[in-house]
Amino acid sequence: MTAINRRQAFALGGGFVALTMMPMAAHAQVSNDAAQSIAKFTGGKEPTKGRIALDLPEIAENGNTVPLVLNVESPMTADSYVKEVMIVADGNPNSGVATLMFTPLSGKAEASIRIRLAATQNVIAIARMSDGSLFTERKTVKVTIGGCGG
Amino acid sequence: MAEKPRIKLPKEAAKGEIIQIKTLVSHVMESGQRKDAQGKPIPRKIINGFTCELNGKPVFACTLEPAISANPYIQFNARIEEAGTFKFAWTDDDGSVITAEEKIALKA
Repeated sequence: MTAINRRQAFALGGGFVALTMMPMAAHAQVSNDAAQSIAKFTGGKEPTKGRIALDLPEIAENGNTVPLVLNVESPMTADSYVKEVMIVADGNPNSGVATLMFTPLSGKAEASIRIRLAATQNVIAIARMSDGSLFTERKTVKVTIGGCGG
Repeated sequence: MAEKPRIKLPKEAAKGEIIQIKTLVSHVMESGQRKDAQGKPIPRKIINGFTCELNGKPVFACTLEPAISANPYIQFNARIEEAGTFKFAWTDDDGSVITAEEKIALKA
C-alpha cells in the first residue's frame, strides 16, 4: 500500500515538474536578448548569409563544453579583412558568447573556442568586414545536458 | 591564483607563414547563474577578455561572456612577418590580468 502511494507521489511529482518546466523553457527562448544584441552589433543593417563556416556539433551531449570552430572567408590583407565576429546563443540566460577581433596579422579569420549551452538552441555568428559589410551564419545545436549551472 | 597558461605555437616560422596558436588558461569561469547549497547565487567571475600581440601589434583579441566553458581554450592564427615576442593577456572580472610571453624566430 505504501509502495503504491510512493509511486503515485513520484508520478504526480514528475508531472508537476514537467508542467512547470515547460513554460520556463518556452520563456527562455523569447526572454533572451539575442535579437537586441545583434541589432546593436549590426546597427540595424541586415547581414547577408554566407562566407562564414560555423562548425558546431549537431548534438552536444554535454552543454558545458561545446567545441565551436569559426572560419570566415577573407583574404585578410590590409585592404580587406574580417574585423570582428560576434557570436550569440539565443537560448542561454544571456545571449552573449564571445566577440572575436581579427587583424590582417591574424593571417586567417579562423578561431576555435569552447562554449556553454543551457539548452537546445541556435548559435549565431555575425561578421563585420573591414569595409563594413556584414555576414551571418546560424547553427542549431541539440543539447542533451544543459551547461548553465542549475 | 591561476596556474601558468598553456600556449602552443611553433618555435620558428618562415616569413609570411600563417601559424596556429593554441592557448588554455585555468579558470573556473563562474557564470553567475549557479546557486550554492544554500540557494544563494554564486557571483560571476570569468575571464572577460583576451588579447594577443606580436611586437606590440595586435594579432587577435576577443571578449568573453559567461557562455564560455571553464578553463577557456582559444585557438587562432597569426601571420609571421618578423621574428619577435608574442604577448598574451587574459583579463579577469576582478581586474587581475594573467600574462604570458612566447618568442618566435624566422626560419633561416
